[in-house]
Amino acid sequence: MYNTKKMKFWKSVNLVLLLVGALFMIAPLFWMVSISLKSLEEIYQGGFNFIPENIQFSNYAAVFEIIPFFTYFVNTSMITVLVVLGNVFVNAFIAYGFAKIQFKGRETLFIIVLSTMMLPGFITLIPQYVIYANLGLVNTYYPLVLPAFLGSAFNIFLLRQFFKGVPNSMIEAAKMEGANHFYIFFKIALPMVKPALFTVAIFSFNGVWNDFLGPLLYLNDESLYTLQLGLQVFKEQSSTQWHYLMAGSLMVLFPVIVLFFIFQKYFITGSNILGQTEEK
Amino acid sequence: MNRKKENLFGYIFISPWIIGFLALTLGPLLFSLYGSFTNYNVVSRMDFVGLDNYQELFTNDNLFWVSLYNTFYFVIFSVPLTTILAILISTMMNQNIPGMRVFRTIYYLPAILSGVGVYLLWMQLLDPSTGLVNQFLALFGIDGPNWLFDPDWAKPSLIFMKLWSAGGSMLLYLAAMQGIPKTFYEAAQIDGATRVQMFFKITLPMVSPIIFFDIVTSTIGSFQIFQEAYVMSADNAGAPENSLLFFNLYMWIRAFNLFDMGYAMAMSWILFVIVLLLTLLNFWLSKRWVHYEGD
Repeated sequence: MYNTKKMKFWKSVNLVLLLVGALFMIAPLFWMVSISLKSLEEIYQGGFNFIPENIQFSNYAAVFEIIPFFTYFVNTSMITVLVVLGNVFVNAFIAYGFAKIQFKGRETLFIIVLSTMMLPGFITLIPQYVIYANLGLVNTYYPLVLPAFLGSAFNIFLLRQFFKGVPNSMIEAAKMEGANHFYIFFKIALPMVKPALFTVAIFSFNGVWNDFLGPLLYLNDESLYTLQLGLQVFKEQSSTQWHYLMAGSLMVLFPVIVLFFIFQKYFITGSNILGQTEEK
Repeated sequence: MNRKKENLFGYIFISPWIIGFLALTLGPLLFSLYGSFTNYNVVSRMDFVGLDNYQELFTNDNLFWVSLYNTFYFVIFSVPLTTILAILISTMMNQNIPGMRVFRTIYYLPAILSGVGVYLLWMQLLDPSTGLVNQFLALFGIDGPNWLFDPDWAKPSLIFMKLWSAGGSMLLYLAAMQGIPKTFYEAAQIDGATRVQMFFKITLPMVSPIIFFDIVTSTIGSFQIFQEAYVMSADNAGAPENSLLFFNLYMWIRAFNLFDMGYAMAMSWILFVIVLLLTLLNFWLSKRWVHYEGD
């Protein structure tokens, strides 16, 4: 048996280390808030000081004057809604096919799905650009939105795991009563995997909201810019105006942080599932 | 059940993926493979030039080697360090500590934040005169380096930023560790095993498939580092002194700044081969250390 005194000692050391680590993790975010509320003079005074002398909320208002933040926000929201909807429903549709319909060549095709996950993105990026350029779709949202409606390997994989959990007996019973796969998919299978749909929605929200590469490559007109691209332009315009840059960045990160606190459960189940499926 | 009908339904259901695969993956792959043997520049020319692009890359392009060096440097440090840190945190958190959920939230939060906002945050944290990191070091009388402005410190800067988001992998490990049956530890305890022994003989082997999965995916991911380098180098092209010129950034510059598309496509195939070899190496090494239950 363990020496309880020694055990208690190590438990407290463990806890203290975790606390210190947590401080290191969270400090950058507090610092970000702090800088976003300071005046430029105070920032350049330096010092390890998290509490601003004079809190300047006007920094946030200034962002809207320096860059068309609201336009970027509307543009980004529009792309985000379309991409999330496409990602969730199209991938669910495809994943159901791979999980619950016994068609010829299924296993081979699924291996191809998985192997595309290993493919470096840049190898298809250049030819895809050429294709969109030839179709005259550069400087539109099509290249950013269209792929979401054509399936993504990772989400197909994740959702397939969930559809596999739908009992075959239920599907057979529905078939006996004359239901086809469309009916079974929409009325029986889809409602059963709701938590997984949420997980995919949240991860794909995160992905598209933070996507920088796509907009950077395809959007030229400033009126079409997304928040990520807007921040990059902002950086070039106001390179050392840290109070504005941090205020702008925080506003872009804000929806992600809020969603994280509301839907933390789904973020965590997403990772749990990944952890468990990979064991097999 | 009607087999033909079942087949038809199957293809209807997966048809979006088939279209996407042909139009956005297979087609582009074939185009790119052919393109890598041409001098294609989007606008005017696409002449077959044989192996010229590849030859130029390997024998005559110093920046190609610089970008390879930078990328390997980043992968070799960031992947093991992030993995070790994530395992360390998850082990510490898996000890029945009070407030576990709060800790988990705090450690995980940075991992879900990404994009230009985070890069700007780190540019500020690492700013030599006003940044948090150097202000903190100054408390101990340490004169911090110039980070992103110093060719020797620019890559470590990006590695530190990567470490900040180790919470994503931490969550995977924590889930796996919590799935290890308690009886394993109880039995080891009866046999008089120490906690360190239990960690190396039970915990690590039990989570080794997750470690393997994490290493494979993060190696592939880190090798393709681009956005961070683009935003955080002052000229968007790998400054200072090309220390942030990673493979994908160089490929981007050749493709979209200089429109050397054929050349860039040759680079992308070299990237493909490197990533494939690294993945195979990981699989080969995994036979020595990954433990699958039931083996």
